[in-house]
Amino acid sequence: MGEAGGGREGGDKARDEFLSEAQELVDGLGRDLLVLDQGLKRDQVDAEVINEVFRAVHTLKGLSGLFGAARMAGLSHELEDVLDDLRLGRIEVSQAVLDTLFQAVGLYGRILAAEGGEGADPAEEVEQFLLAVGQLSQRRGAGGGAGVMAQYDLDPGLLGVLTEYEEHRLRANIQQGQRLYRIRVRFSLATIDSALDDLKAKARPHGEIITYLPTGSGSDIDTVELEILLASRASLELLRSAITVPNVSLDEVGRRAAHGLSPSTPAPPPAGATSPPAALDDAGPPPTTAYGAVSRDTHSVPVDSYPSTPRDASPSRVPVASAAARGARAAGPDLSLRSVSQTVRVDIRKLDRLMTVVGELAIVKTAIGELAERVRGRAVDAREVGVELARLNRTFDRHLAQMQGGILEVRMVPLGQAFDKLARVVRQISREHSKDVNLVITGAETEIDKLIVEELSDPLMHMIRNAIDHGIETRDERLRVGKPPVGTIALNAFQKGNHVVIEVEDDGRGMDPEVILEAAIRRGVVTRDEAKELGLREVFGLVFMPGFTTKDVATDLSGRGVGLDVAKTNIAKLGGVVDIASDVGIGTKMTITLPITLAIISVLLVEIGPRLFAIPLANVEEAIALDPTLVRAVEGREVLTVRGASLPICRLARMFGVPHRERERARAFVVLAQVGNRRLGFVVDELVGQQDIVIKPLGKSLARVRGFAGATELGDQRVALVLDVASLLEEVLAPAETRFLASAPDGGRG
Amino acid sequence: MRRVLVVEDSVSARAFVRAVLESADAESPGPFEVVEASSGFDAMRLLPRGPYDLIITDINMADINGLELVRFIRRSEHHRTTPLLIISTLRAEQDVERGLALGADAYLPKPFTPEQLREACGKLFVAPAGRSEPPPGAP
Repeated sequence: MGEAGGGREGGDKARDEFLSEAQELVDGLGRDLLVLDQGLKRDQVDAEVINEVFRAVHTLKGLSGLFGAARMAGLSHELEDVLDDLRLGRIEVSQAVLDTLFQAVGLYGRILAAEGGEGADPAEEVEQFLLAVGQLSQRRGAGGGAGVMAQYDLDPGLLGVLTEYEEHRLRANIQQGQRLYRIRVRFSLATIDSALDDLKAKARPHGEIITYLPTGSGSDIDTVELEILLASRASLELLRSAITVPNVSLDEVGRRAAHGLSPSTPAPPPAGATSPPAALDDAGPPPTTAYGAVSRDTHSVPVDSYPSTPRDASPSRVPVASAAARGARAAGPDLSLRSVSQTVRVDIRKLDRLMTVVGELAIVKTAIGELAERVRGRAVDAREVGVELARLNRTFDRHLAQMQGGILEVRMVPLGQAFDKLARVVRQISREHSKDVNLVITGAETEIDKLIVEELSDPLMHMIRNAIDHGIETRDERLRVGKPPVGTIALNAFQKGNHVVIEVEDDGRGMDPEVILEAAIRRGVVTRDEAKELGLREVFGLVFMPGFTTKDVATDLSGRGVGLDVAKTNIAKLGGVVDIASDVGIGTKMTITLPITLAIISVLLVEIGPRLFAIPLANVEEAIALDPTLVRAVEGREVLTVRGASLPICRLARMFGVPHRERERARAFVVLAQVGNRRLGFVVDELVGQQDIVIKPLGKSLARVRGFAGATELGDQRVALVLDVASLLEEVLAPAETRFLASAPDGGRG
Repeated sequence: MRRVLVVEDSVSARAFVRAVLESADAESPGPFEVVEASSGFDAMRLLPRGPYDLIITDINMADINGLELVRFIRRSEHHRTTPLLIISTLRAEQDVERGLALGADAYLPKPFTPEQLREACGKLFVAPAGRSEPPPGAP
């Protein structure tokens, strides 16, 4: 392997780690920028957050170099320069700077996607972006003033271990007229991380910690003494009363006499010294200017695997009809918010509990082994063995259920992971347009399967884009109708039984059923006759139909090729449904209802010929016996009359080309399936029963097979294919020319 | 087998170094047994559990930085002469200078290839007091 293959030679596992860590860093970057954005609005920008942003980019640069990710290395290199200027105060933080940095988060996401083999390398966009970044970087030269440190009685040994940044911060603080304090504290090595966090939390409201130096004194290898350098405006007394941790001593670093003549003379606090007057303000409030040392204890960032990045429209994990069409259409710059990271961070205690269950199962296994031994060894009473086995079976069952529950729990992540990214989208869109929007999030802690969170980001993004684009009025318009000038989009999540409900609610202009109907008729989504039959809910449902749009001018927002129809299809693939409610002039509420997990689902097992198929129960409305006399052919399509209403039916045996003996069977059954407001009857030979199953993907070689969500192994070693009801429905009910399955009575496989 | 302590706060950079050092190579002194420390404190906890034949540390880390760790290592009884390699970006020349002054034996600029890492480690074993030699990859 040559130089370029460094990443590969570094190990595939290392490369996976790289993608996952880079993703986390980028996610953290996005969150930190939101914090800076909030801070800027209050005119309080936290130097430490800026440094964290710098560190993230610095690390990204180092990693991308190691793993040969040239595009990312280039982007990081330029950004690092800008961030260096920012953290050293050479550039002021402004909305424009933040815009650029937010843009970088998007680019990182796309680069990562490309590194992960999904989507194209955004070479051109990065080039353009770098040009813009270059203009930001108006260097005013380093802070200079290396001499200022000579004013303080600092140990040369301490100065010799400062990194460049630490030295810069020290200089900047001195120049701002901060006092310097030396904290000596002894910690037990075992608990140092949390003990130090405690100390930091107490010190931060009063100043900035420049460095931590282990003194190496004391022969004890279980404890360590740290010398901490703190820059602060506060008085010694105040700090002593604030930083109350065990084994601590706190002193002010003396200032040398006015012109640095006498190094051995520690001066009293700098009353008359040459420093700026601000230094004299004793216990004053933290400064509120751009680089004040403002408390940020609310910003302890949990380093979870928060997904956050856009990536190009990618092949769907579930093989369905719409995937190809979607891939072809989607080309906008930041279409997807899905994460490339497939990792879940797990609380170790959850794994410990699972391990305990494994231990219990091992005990059951041993008991079964012993029982088998006894049976083999001598004649045992069959009844006795039966009782014993039944007992073991119950125990086994209980532990298996615990294990299943435990593993499901591990898969659960808070919805906040998806919401964080949406906050960024809202910020971006509302800045691009003259619409002021406030995003209000509740229930971010609601947990749902990691896989669902991933697949949910994009549909939610489209709904929010739609709400801003079509729902929220401009500032002027809102004032005119007596609404508050700033629009509100509420994102509410909560659990409801085995489902999670997410509401996207705006206080915009609402949807007018008449306008929707007119538009739908004009675009041929429905005929005028069909329109008369539709209820209010069905009328609102029309906005999810392919080809439907009421906007007259294609805007940047929703005119990106992927609309609400795809959002709805994607949600349907997760076994979810979307409902709309809307009042003209008041607002619109879209409600998504999703199952909590995709890993284990309840299915209806059916037989078609000799084969078994599984239909997710979430999609099954009811199953009835097929009465052949109620079947009619309408426009080449079989339709069944059920309680007076017409229901299109689909003979699965024909569709799948399964040999079947329809004539021999006394009767067949119809399974009424539904996704959203679309219904279809599947004709099957036999209903076998209901079962909880684990879906397994079909694997790469079958990835192009449509109509199946996966396969499952049943207890008796048989395998059943799991129907992807949403895609089957779409294919069967689609207009004739795009159908891949002929639904004419003599149709085989298309 | 030789043991190496790798101090680095990035999990994937650690994984990279581990993958390189764990693989055997005819010309390099590997394979190594790799012990990972994710922070300076982590390293300080692991140091007494030595001996180590080689210590590799990043410089830019949160809390105690790599320079402070180098000083600590050189002052501790057991690791005064353990070969010590520092890793840093080229940009931070001053950090590198300080690291060498504090007693590190060599430095390796980031990013590096597996070959460069192996070579750097190899040189430290050929000439354990190799501070007089130009560090690998130095300009």
